[in-house]
Amino acid sequence: MPPATSPRTDVTHVARSDTGDPLWRKVIEPSNLANWAAPIALVVLAIVFQALNPTFLSLGNVESMLSAASILIVLAVGQTFVVATAGIDLSIASAMTFAAVIFGAVFQFGLIAAILAAIAAGLAVGLVNGLLIARGRITDFIVTLGTLSAASGMALIVADGKPKTIISAPLLKLSTGTVWIFGYAFLLAVVLALVAHVVLFHTRFGTYVLATGGNTEAASATGVSTARIKTAVYVISGLTAGLAAVLLVARVGAAEPASNTSFLLNSVAAVVLGGVSLFGGKATIVGPVIGALLLTALVNGLTLLGVSQFYQPLSVGIVVVLAAFLTRFQK
Amino acid sequence: MTQTHRMPLAEDVPDDALLKIDGATLSFGQVRALKDVTIHARRGEVTAIVGDNGAGKSTLIRCVSGVHTPDAGTIAFEGQTVNFRSPHDARAAGIETVHQNLALVEDLTVWQNLFLNREIVRGFGPIAFLNRRAMRVKAEEMVSTLAVNVPAVGSRVRRLSGGQRQAVSICRAAGFASKLIIMDEPTAALGVQETARVEELIMRLRSEGHAIILISHNFAQVLKLSDAVWVMRAGRCVAGRRTSETDGDEIVGLITGARPDDVPSAATS
Repeated sequence: MPPATSPRTDVTHVARSDTGDPLWRKVIEPSNLANWAAPIALVVLAIVFQALNPTFLSLGNVESMLSAASILIVLAVGQTFVVATAGIDLSIASAMTFAAVIFGAVFQFGLIAAILAAIAAGLAVGLVNGLLIARGRITDFIVTLGTLSAASGMALIVADGKPKTIISAPLLKLSTGTVWIFGYAFLLAVVLALVAHVVLFHTRFGTYVLATGGNTEAASATGVSTARIKTAVYVISGLTAGLAAVLLVARVGAAEPASNTSFLLNSVAAVVLGGVSLFGGKATIVGPVIGALLLTALVNGLTLLGVSQFYQPLSVGIVVVLAAFLTRFQK
Repeated sequence: MTQTHRMPLAEDVPDDALLKIDGATLSFGQVRALKDVTIHARRGEVTAIVGDNGAGKSTLIRCVSGVHTPDAGTIAFEGQTVNFRSPHDARAAGIETVHQNLALVEDLTVWQNLFLNREIVRGFGPIAFLNRRAMRVKAEEMVSTLAVNVPAVGSRVRRLSGGQRQAVSICRAAGFASKLIIMDEPTAALGVQETARVEELIMRLRSEGHAIILISHNFAQVLKLSDAVWVMRAGRCVAGRRTSETDGDEIVGLITGARPDDVPSAATS
């Protein structure tokens, strides 16, 4: 490797990669591989599982995979905004649990009230996170670790440790109704992802999120209120936790104060698999969505093959570390 | 100042001075970063601020660009006393800054950086969407009118060389009808050729009527580019000269304290 490239070769390099080169060459370039890790792995996984068990790609199984992925997609979208500012929200799954319990507590006043209450609960956790991190200047890791514990504790207190069965026809429809192979829950998650994509890439706010994550100093020097942006991304993450809580209650049929640690790990994993930089400033929405689908397909495929579910966290862990390894080659 | 009849520059303020800083004082805890600094900048001129490391040059210009607010003293811009609470206020007043650390976001494209916090949007009621195409087109224009060698406005800043980045920074400051451009060590990190290009760019901006405040360690550059020079030492502005009436030796003497100050230090403390 030559020690340094002169500006001139730099320019030609930019020109070349901007115009020429077929797509496949861009994909296998090591620096781009991380961005393509999730789609490639998803295809490979589909081929392997399909070969081992032909029901894997049957319409019925695809439908159930997409439905199963919807909660994780919603959480991953929220987590993406936080990670794009170089932060992390460890409390996202606990906020979802707390919001689900609040849903259960308010359900006697009607479904709409319960949904609004769940979303408000998620927003509240996000706002606390955001204010402590952006205004209180406490490390994101510590703050959200604290709210992780606090939110699950509050869930236990509110629910008195007991699950509450929720019987509601519209919620049943949400979790079982489909348009062809696309469940309503999945469609809801896709709509949310589309909105998130537009916000991230077609609004000023999205640009400021990426600028804050990429170079906080530079963003504030141009007059961007980085504290406000940092608060806002945790509020967004709380909002997605509230929405995910509604999907969770619909899917489980109960509001329970269970710890949902796997959702936390998988939301971060989906974001990393999606090629979003943990150092902030680089993010897509489609990447984490595919990451969420990949993780769901992995668990689904292993279940179809009859692999003990004890192996599932292990396999998720291996996939995530591999994805993180690929990001080392990112430029 | 006994032998010379000429007035100290600090008192020779034209009525239509673009920027007047009067008695600016700023402390960070126990450290007095600025002590009663009085300088001004004229319209259409390059005003240089020189001094050793830690003399307070960057702190002073950060007061003008809205990063810091002085504890005491006033800043007047275009004859109006201003009180900037954030960089946003300063930019709104027409003061653009090219920071020492460049203030570019590497993972965003050239056009996104040029339009950072100045985005062109299309509004539909309360919701506004970025007009990416308009910004790209305008960015092309901005880059080409300054004839800077930035490859494509769609490329990410991460891929640019130091000189290209500096050009993008200056381009951003020069655009948007700015009235005053502050440049903090614009060539400190650049090679010989890139420095020459940036200096050319500064001269072009002045010939177009932009007022510029230039902070530099490079005396040759200061003497070549500036119309007036202010010398800072240990948080104070110790002297001011018209560049045509001074030379490198005098400036060095003022910076190190080997020559007597315009204002005796006893008078200011």
